[in-house]
Amino acid sequence: MSFPVESNSRFQEYAHPEALVSTQWVEDNLGAPGLVIMECDEDILLYSTGHIEGAVKIDWHTELNHPDNRDYIDGAQMAELLSSKGISRDVTIVLYGDKSNWWATYAMWVFKLFGHEDIRIMDGGRAKWIEEGRALTKDVQDRARTSYPVIARDDESIRAFKDDVLEHFGKPLIDVRSPLEYTGEKLHMPDYPNEGASRGGHIPTARSVPWSKAVNEDQTFKTIEELNQIYRVEAGISDASDVIAYCRIGERSSHTWFVLKYLLGIPKVRNYDGSWTEWGSTVRVPIVKGSEPGAVPVGF
Amino acid sequence: MTTTTQAQEIIEAFREVPENLKLELLLEYSESLPALPERYQDSPELLERVEECQSPVYLFVEVSPTDLVSIYLTAPDEAPTTKGFASILQLALDGHSSEDILGFDEAFVDEIGLTDLVSPLRIRGMHGMLTRIKRQVSEKKK
Repeated sequence: MSFPVESNSRFQEYAHPEALVSTQWVEDNLGAPGLVIMECDEDILLYSTGHIEGAVKIDWHTELNHPDNRDYIDGAQMAELLSSKGISRDVTIVLYGDKSNWWATYAMWVFKLFGHEDIRIMDGGRAKWIEEGRALTKDVQDRARTSYPVIARDDESIRAFKDDVLEHFGKPLIDVRSPLEYTGEKLHMPDYPNEGASRGGHIPTARSVPWSKAVNEDQTFKTIEELNQIYRVEAGISDASDVIAYCRIGERSSHTWFVLKYLLGIPKVRNYDGSWTEWGSTVRVPIVKGSEPGAVPVGF
Repeated sequence: MTTTTQAQEIIEAFREVPENLKLELLLEYSESLPALPERYQDSPELLERVEECQSPVYLFVEVSPTDLVSIYLTAPDEAPTTKGFASILQLALDGHSSEDILGFDEAFVDEIGLTDLVSPLRIRGMHGMLTRIKRQVSEKKK
């Protein structure tokens, strides 16, 4: 029971137009049965200051992460979380958020670890909705509890671990952080906090393609032509590629994961959520400083 | 190490409120951050950027001839968590002596008890604000 796909000429050019909706479409479909709007922000108070009518809040920090381990919640915990929020397995989820939808795509990626089928991103996110003068409310609607099934988390298809990255040298690896984080300068800037890693730099062979290259000024995604230029022509990715993307903790690379998988249609894209806070603190893994990707390391 | 009456009241307020309403309380604080006085609105160069915060937060400190410290902080509406932290620090420290502020116990940041609810980077941002407030006070005290 999937919700009808938006027919929007702007989205038709993407590999999976069904993974995007516009702000106008969301407004036109508010309150429709089978559709759940969900907000996921970096700033966890933002939802309370005003959100789209009927939107459900998802907190990436306290709800999606395992409370103790550095990992995500398991199938039983996800079932409880979504049931308590009144989400069924067969609904269409539309995600939006602040910061160009970093956390919306992050939440989508986590839900996809549990195989929720129909998830769409609202192009332009929270900022575009507000920019267009659309209504926000502070009212939180009660949703009847559902029974979301317990689904085992799939850590194979779209998630990469440190050991996968160590086996990956020679295949496309994309560092989506800012250029200063990539070169390793950022950890050495005066007065700047160490971002949870003890070394600066990047994973050998990783190409620097900052996540922000994929978005326009109004936070919507760039056209397929522009995206093809950035990722296929300049970064050398093709449909046959086996791609891993990483950033600091996996939020910005979720954004790039979405772009590669759903807009460009690259079948095999994984997000390395350990990202730099794991790699840059791990003993005896190779690191490259500076603006060049670096050679395939020997002996790893 | 020193503290202030206002700081203790803030800690008390967060202790008393049930877990599920702690964020609402932080939001209330964020809404009560005073606007910058007009003389600073027109002089952005006087404001110091708090680099430790992910969002653009700026601060400025004045020390009066009678050694009373005024604290001015500004944070964007799109970052209510950061704005809430700025507001809490402003409330806890504004109007106190330079000695009280320089000796102010940084454990306050942890004693509010929000470390499980907000990300470590935000908490670090609050430490950043406090460090910079203290540095400005030590530079400007009479």
